Amino acid sequence: MNLRNQIATLMRYELRDELRGGEVGFVVLPFGVVALLTIPMAIGIDTPLLQRIGPGIYWSIILLFGVLVTQRHSSLAPPATRDMLRLAGADPVARFAATTLATFLLLLAFEVGAGFATMALYDPALDSWWWLAALLPLTAAGLSMIGTIAGNIASGLEARTSLVPLIVVPIAVPLLLGAAQATEGLRVGAGILRWLLLLAIVDTVLAVAGVLTARSLEESAA
Amino acid sequence: MTSPTVSLRSVAVRKPGSLILRSVDLDLAPGSATALFGANGSGKTTLLRVVATLLRPSSGSGVVLGADLGTAAVDGVRRRIGLVGHEPALYPNLTLGENLELAASIALGRPATAEAQDALQQVGLAGAADRRASRSSNGMRRRIEFARLLILAPDLLLLDEAHVGLDPEAWLLVGHLIEEVTGRGGSALIVAHEEERIRPLVDGAVTLGDGVITGHQE
Repeated sequence: MNLRNQIATLMRYELRDELRGGEVGFVVLPFGVVALLTIPMAIGIDTPLLQRIGPGIYWSIILLFGVLVTQRHSSLAPPATRDMLRLAGADPVARFAATTLATFLLLLAFEVGAGFATMALYDPALDSWWWLAALLPLTAAGLSMIGTIAGNIASGLEARTSLVPLIVVPIAVPLLLGAAQATEGLRVGAGILRWLLLLAIVDTVLAVAGVLTARSLEESAA
Repeated sequence: MTSPTVSLRSVAVRKPGSLILRSVDLDLAPGSATALFGANGSGKTTLLRVVATLLRPSSGSGVVLGADLGTAAVDGVRRRIGLVGHEPALYPNLTLGENLELAASIALGRPATAEAQDALQQVGLAGAADRRASRSSNGMRRRIEFARLLILAPDLLLLDEAHVGLDPEAWLLVGHLIEEVTGRGGSALIVAHEEERIRPLVDGAVTLGDGVITGHQE
């Protein structure tokens, strides 16, 4: 089986496992929306203020709840499945790509769902909102790659469920700052191309790092 | 003289704060099944993971199926190693059939639906293929792992107390798997506690204690 087929096969089964578990759809997304709801409840109906802080709140929620999505593969699948796939001959790079792509799709769905909630609750009045079609995937890609790399680093460790967020959050902060700045640019009508370029560069670096470290991280896993 | 399937020399495994294996010498001859006994915490699972090429020794040397441990050559022999460990290697929300198909298609390098159905039949789970792994009994999950081994036909079979809690029918499967592998000239290493039960299935036994092999029995 070539690399592309391995990626497709592994991603298909990973997504199926996740979707049936329902963690993202029934746990992470509803709680993310509840978190978005608590801010207007605490502040009150101050529309200009909510419009101003809406994008920042949205990206904070994406970061914090997105971590839960990214670490799903290190907590949901038992460590023994990792051994099974290694012995079956699954290429570490294919596994990195498959997990990243599965996480990317889940994160993108989470971003879109939380995005609708943000529109309804904060009315951020974005100018040129179609730029979100580039911004959301770029951010989801970066976050999913960070999550997969962190999952590989923490794999086999007893403290992996608490270690993954500790690795993901600091590394993802610059990514989320870029996304927040780009969204603010859309709100005030400023150009966001440089922020998109920054996100694309970060994603490229993460992709190269993920591919180059996939094998050595797997071999060094306990 | 045929070279052993597995040959370990002075293998040690250190983990932070402890020495799990001190110095293990082990040979598994082609066509033989060996039981590995030892008290809880004696390092049996760690030794099995070293033999499975999943854990690199801290020191010492070893050859598994002709590949030197700790080198990239182990990549080429992993597909010939069949391991059933303590924990089931199954995705909990996939069905038993899907779990089997996933492992088989990755290992065979092509979709393996037909092989999976055939193996399900052989382990008596044809009617339970659509049951999620998380909702299946421990015995069923074990049988699926045995079904995987039937498809992969490994040259080195490693069972880590995989027989615990099995009904008599599934127990026969374990014997069948061992016979198949050794009959092809492969080797089997079976971690067990119940010496009397496992004895009829193996040609010899080694005992692990305090990180070294403390006894050999033919």
